[in-house]
Amino acid sequence: MRHLLDTKHLSREDALRILDVAEDMRDTQSREVKKLPTLRGKTVVNLFFEDSTRTRISFEAAAKRLSADVINFSAKGSSVSKGESLQDTAQTLQAMGADAVVIRHGASGAPQTLATSGWITAGVVNAGDGTHEHPTQALLDAFTIRRRRFGDDSRGRDLAGVRVAIVGDILHSRVARSNVWLLHTLGADVTIVAPPTLIPQDLSAWPVQVAYDLDDAIAAAPDAIMMLRIQLERMNAAYFPTEREYSRRWGLDATRLRALPEGSIVMHPGPMNRGLEISADAADSPQSTVLEQVANGVSVRMAALYLLLAGDRSDTNAQEDAR
Amino acid sequence: MTSTESPRTVMHAADIARALTRISHEILESNKGPDDLVVLGIPTRGVTLAERVGGLLAEISGTPVPVGALDVTMYRDDLHRNPTRTPHPTEIPAGGIDGKTVVLVDDVLFSGRSIRAALDALNDIGRPAAVRLAILVDRGHRELPIRPDFVGKNLPSARAERVNVRLIENDGVDEVTIES
Amino acid sequence: MTATLIRGAMLNGTDATDLIVDDGVIAEVGTGLSRAGATVVDAAGLVALPGLVDLHTHLREPGYEASETILTGSRAAAAGGYTTVFAMPNTSPVADTAGVVEQELALGEAAGYVHVQPIGAVTVGQKGERLAELGAMASSRARVRVFSDDGFCVFDPLIMRRALEYVKAFDGVVAQHAQDPRLTEGAQMNEGTVSAELGLAGWPAVAEESIIARDVLLAEHVGSRLHVCHLSTAGSVDIIRWAKKRGVNVTAEVTPHHLLLTEELVRGYDARFKVNPPLRRDEDVQAVREGLADGTIDIVATDHAPHPDEAKSCEWQAAANGMVGLESALRVVQQTMVDTGLLDWDDVARVMSAAPARIGRLDTAGTPLVAGAPASFTLYDPAPVRTFARADLHGLSVNSPYLGRELPGEVRWTVFRGRTTVADGVVAASMDAEARA
Repeated sequence: MRHLLDTKHLSREDALRILDVAEDMRDTQSREVKKLPTLRGKTVVNLFFEDSTRTRISFEAAAKRLSADVINFSAKGSSVSKGESLQDTAQTLQAMGADAVVIRHGASGAPQTLATSGWITAGVVNAGDGTHEHPTQALLDAFTIRRRRFGDDSRGRDLAGVRVAIVGDILHSRVARSNVWLLHTLGADVTIVAPPTLIPQDLSAWPVQVAYDLDDAIAAAPDAIMMLRIQLERMNAAYFPTEREYSRRWGLDATRLRALPEGSIVMHPGPMNRGLEISADAADSPQSTVLEQVANGVSVRMAALYLLLAGDRSDTNAQEDAR
Repeated sequence: MTSTESPRTVMHAADIARALTRISHEILESNKGPDDLVVLGIPTRGVTLAERVGGLLAEISGTPVPVGALDVTMYRDDLHRNPTRTPHPTEIPAGGIDGKTVVLVDDVLFSGRSIRAALDALNDIGRPAAVRLAILVDRGHRELPIRPDFVGKNLPSARAERVNVRLIENDGVDEVTIES
Repeated sequence: MTATLIRGAMLNGTDATDLIVDDGVIAEVGTGLSRAGATVVDAAGLVALPGLVDLHTHLREPGYEASETILTGSRAAAAGGYTTVFAMPNTSPVADTAGVVEQELALGEAAGYVHVQPIGAVTVGQKGERLAELGAMASSRARVRVFSDDGFCVFDPLIMRRALEYVKAFDGVVAQHAQDPRLTEGAQMNEGTVSAELGLAGWPAVAEESIIARDVLLAEHVGSRLHVCHLSTAGSVDIIRWAKKRGVNVTAEVTPHHLLLTEELVRGYDARFKVNPPLRRDEDVQAVREGLADGTIDIVATDHAPHPDEAKSCEWQAAANGMVGLESALRVVQQTMVDTGLLDWDDVARVMSAAPARIGRLDTAGTPLVAGAPASFTLYDPAPVRTFARADLHGLSVNSPYLGRELPGEVRWTVFRGRTTVADGVVAASMDAEARA
């Protein structure tokens, strides 16, 4: 695997491979010595143009548990905020010997531009680009669903027949996009639920059902319901009238939580707006997987870094980089 | 004289069975019984052999002996020279390895690097009282100071030759072959 | 200056004809011509077209000379077979006064490759708030007749109405960049299935169509001419067709890139394909081709938009909009319209020379190849198929979407008022050396 840029182009075979290796990584986290020597001598750079402490720490922990060296670069106060281009930033990192660049950027497509530009030879992991994709989030979400369903017997299994509802600002959500493609690849049925203003204008190519009514979607008994964070700035661009109305129509409150089947899980990529898209009851219930998702994030990112960096990179497909 | 013949069988099913039985007896003799033994196979065929040896140890001694698997992929020193390897699960039996005598089991012993990686992996899992090594075929050409405690067959070989171990559970047949 | 005898060119693609060029005009047109002492150009197999006229070019000077200058843009135009370009006013300072347009005219004359005809801004600074001194620009030495805020839409309906009315006084025309700014805030590409997948903010077709619909009704109401820049959607073609049927005095242009390229090229986030209006769907490409073929769309205009490397070699969102297009225009029109049988070379002469000159009210340009007419023409070889490469670009910037793509044809000669700007495929190093008539 030369780069991990998205889940749209991730084959079922590669997706299962990442999830299964993540199982092995997860096992090592319950030992006394949680560290593996596998990526000793490799340098992983966290190139974060957007603030994100949680994701950055998760990647940092993943890299360190594989004994890689980690360099953190955040845009604030750096040369980037003074106008340095992506190209110059990338080439500086290359000159410093980065083996992998984990990039979070506000512009959709920036990781792909980085990976195909010829500016760097390092492997690129997309940690979230604009409103486009966040592949490791979708992978840890799939890992979480699989674990809850199959426990220690998860290896090799896909999510055929699992019913997932994704609720919230689909239009602006890279988490939603990555999840739609990956869940579909793994055989799950996906329904998206949102106000019409927050659904992309043309969804004909998406393998999903669309619902505007959250109560109807819950009555259909999904196995997992994934709540997305709503950004209040959207209110100012007339996507919905008030917080209150959004919360009443699309928030997972206590009543809706009770209406969910007992075995259904409640997911959230974090950070949560408690009381807005998800109530405290839902967030803290035994059905909530919020904390497991965070823990699983480290295992999945360890798997991604391992598959990107451990093997011989020179034989990987140069075609992947062609513009 | 270079041989262009098809693979030569050096151990048939019966030879393998006899070797494993003998190894099991030797393990019990050297350990003075089955106490505190933990048998860990190195995937893939080492795990199959470990299960057979564990079964034989239990049969001979009358006491069940814990059997597990120890994957060494993450500890190899040659990862970056090969296409990415997929790891296998590591299963340490309940009861762990602290204070136990761990018997590592693998099918072929060659450079010794897999065993070095296995020792590093064991080190991160716990602190065994002792580690022993049981091997079905020792083909020589060691690159590290590693030696087996229990050997099924010593098989002098040319470096360029290939030694293949096939087991019923994995390949449908029990045999060890060598080919140029 | 000696005369030139062009032998055996296919006038507008038909029978082989000879032309004699003398003293800046076409002296004679016929067969079996001869002229003592004339330089002979063997034009067998070449199509002779009147010098192309681009109603929509960005020459970037004054203010953005790192991207292009009037000199380098003129050279690029000549290389593409052009002898007249209309220069859009989004310069710095904006061309909203007689002073700036006269400066542009002078720079074009000094360069000497093409006639640079300035376009004046509709509003001061192109801000959309107050009308610029349109009359002063019309009366200036630059004789501006086309006015545009291109790059921006004249969004305020009242300002658009006033502009449409006001330019009637001097037979001017407002060329609208149709883009509702409220519907396209932060837009990056066409809104549709591809934008939904790529996570790029969408530029919906309705943002173009709704402005055109409004403007044709305004033009009808006040009895004015209207020109619509870079039409890109099937819906827009339908609206123009409807308006023309009603008798509205509206003309429209399409760019070569909208005749060929679709939004699928945005996958991969290569900013060479980032342009405003954006690349659209295949259905839109088919619709504008049909529109150009049936006359609903009157002309091809390049919207040649040079940008420096750092504005294109970056993440999509940070990249500038625009593609250079002067050098490739005729080749793309050949591939999409002539080779497909939708237009013949006579039609090409109309949509790329005569009609743009007429819309721009420039009677010295776009003239047919007849005795007595100014000797401004291009000789084009439609036969070769070559990969478009850096060597084909003659401006300062190289942001072309065609690099690496096979295109037919090659401009072999361009002559501007009797002076040769492109000889045997080579752009003249300078036009100073040539004796001026």
